[in-house]
Amino acid sequence: MTARLSSDAFKALVLRGPLPRSFLDFFGRKLLELVLTVQGLGAFALITLGVMFSKLGAGREAVKPLIVKQTARAGLSLLPLISFFAAALGLAVIGQTVSLLSRVGANQYLGMVMVTAVVRELGPLLTALLVLLRIGAANVIELGTARALGEVEALEALGIDPIHYLVVPRVIGMALGVFALTVYLLVGALVSGYAWAFLQDVPLTPGEYVQQLAGALRGLDFVVLAIKTSLFGGLIATVTCYHGLAQPLRLQEVSRATIRALAQSVVLCVLLDAGFILVYLLA
Amino acid sequence: METADPQPRPALIELIEAGIPARLAPETEAMAGVTWTIREGDYWVIGGLQGSGKTDLLFAAAGLSRPLRGDYRLFGHAVGPAYSDEGLADRLRVGLVFGEGGRLFPELTVRENVALPLLYHRPIEPEEIESRVRLLLAETGLETMASHFPAGLNPAWRQRVALARTLALRPEVLLLDNPLAGLDPRHARWWIQFLDRLFAGHPLLAGRSTTLAVAVDDFRPWIKPGRKYALLTETRLDFVEDPAATALLERHAVLRELLPAEPHPI
Repeated sequence: MTARLSSDAFKALVLRGPLPRSFLDFFGRKLLELVLTVQGLGAFALITLGVMFSKLGAGREAVKPLIVKQTARAGLSLLPLISFFAAALGLAVIGQTVSLLSRVGANQYLGMVMVTAVVRELGPLLTALLVLLRIGAANVIELGTARALGEVEALEALGIDPIHYLVVPRVIGMALGVFALTVYLLVGALVSGYAWAFLQDVPLTPGEYVQQLAGALRGLDFVVLAIKTSLFGGLIATVTCYHGLAQPLRLQEVSRATIRALAQSVVLCVLLDAGFILVYLLA
Repeated sequence: METADPQPRPALIELIEAGIPARLAPETEAMAGVTWTIREGDYWVIGGLQGSGKTDLLFAAAGLSRPLRGDYRLFGHAVGPAYSDEGLADRLRVGLVFGEGGRLFPELTVRENVALPLLYHRPIEPEEIESRVRLLLAETGLETMASHFPAGLNPAWRQRVALARTLALRPEVLLLDNPLAGLDPRHARWWIQFLDRLFAGHPLLAGRSTTLAVAVDDFRPWIKPGRKYALLTETRLDFVEDPAATALLERHAVLRELLPAEPHPI
């Protein structure tokens, strides 16, 4: 008769036990960890989605202010930082491309470069990473600490679903926040891009610049931007909430969970971004 | 075995041959074969030393953890997990006051902590919520601390906020985890008297008597006629008629620890 190992016993034996001297075992363990992580994250995401829709009207008076608070936190509070990065991004892209395009007399492609590099790729990804660092990390710490101090059980004792109260507002707030911040960053980067081009004596009037941008932008760009940025925000919220909440944590494990959440969020955002590149290629 | 009740009243919470899981290791059994019924009008006092499983037992009674074996029934029927909607109405009829500071939400003020369950569960007018919260704060002596955050409060007052928050939903059964732990005689006296008023019928709960179950680590302030007593010893739940009985004291070393000879400060 084969004894079945419980999930925790399996993890303790296979994932945390001492490794034999074999690279194959090392990679095997990493692969197993990846599979378990994907399984856990996937299940948590599905549960969150389910709760979001099944408890749409529940606890409205308690949850609505939380959504507003999280949206402001993931959106408004980062405006100063985003403004700085918008200016920096405009400078970086324009600064690098102006000299190149001027050399071959192709300044008419400045707008296309801004749209391709900033609007479609760098802008959304940079915004997502900034939100991840400032708000995502705080999510893990707050929820991990709340879990360790028993606040989750306190919510359950009051008949309040912890996912509905703690996670759903963060997912909605960060999805809206990342979308809004990205739009703000893109406008700022495009404006600052022209300002830097002007300072570098590029023979380009504002009207020509706007015409170039309008010519390079497609309807698909707006749709993809809205979906991609919302998904970035939702994904960051889900991953960080998972690491803060889904695992029983002791206070001393919160920092390790934060680092893991940040790394996984970055990887998933990049993978998601790569997926949207396929959309452009197919279109 | 639980003492026979000459006039059986409705069973509110039943644990039948239940394997009670340990909170910190949910797949491990902290107690095996627990059969315990809380009936309407009961006042249970469950004594146990630190680490004996008092909190685990209360968690199971409140439906926060599922027994690993056996059965759990709330108001006569099975209920779903703590986070599901199945049986939510029944679970809201049971209140649990956590020990060690009450597990308040640190980002909310005292007033907001007490109002939260009302805001979430009872779609009533804001004025009515405000009025109810004011009443709860007044009855628990917290009116002057309504705008304070839990971090700025003494643990004794945090414990009262937890009580006020739990009473917001007017539970029929109140489970309390060592409410007198770390309290000075003044606060301890307040708790004993307030719980007596809840048991007799408090205006806060429209004069309805509240069924109580209190986990304690010192029996002395709790010995009173008409109450039921249980003892947690070595992962077992034993029922005792009179903890102060000499024969029982001689038999149970744990009982001697929970009932020291010197009188309690209150």
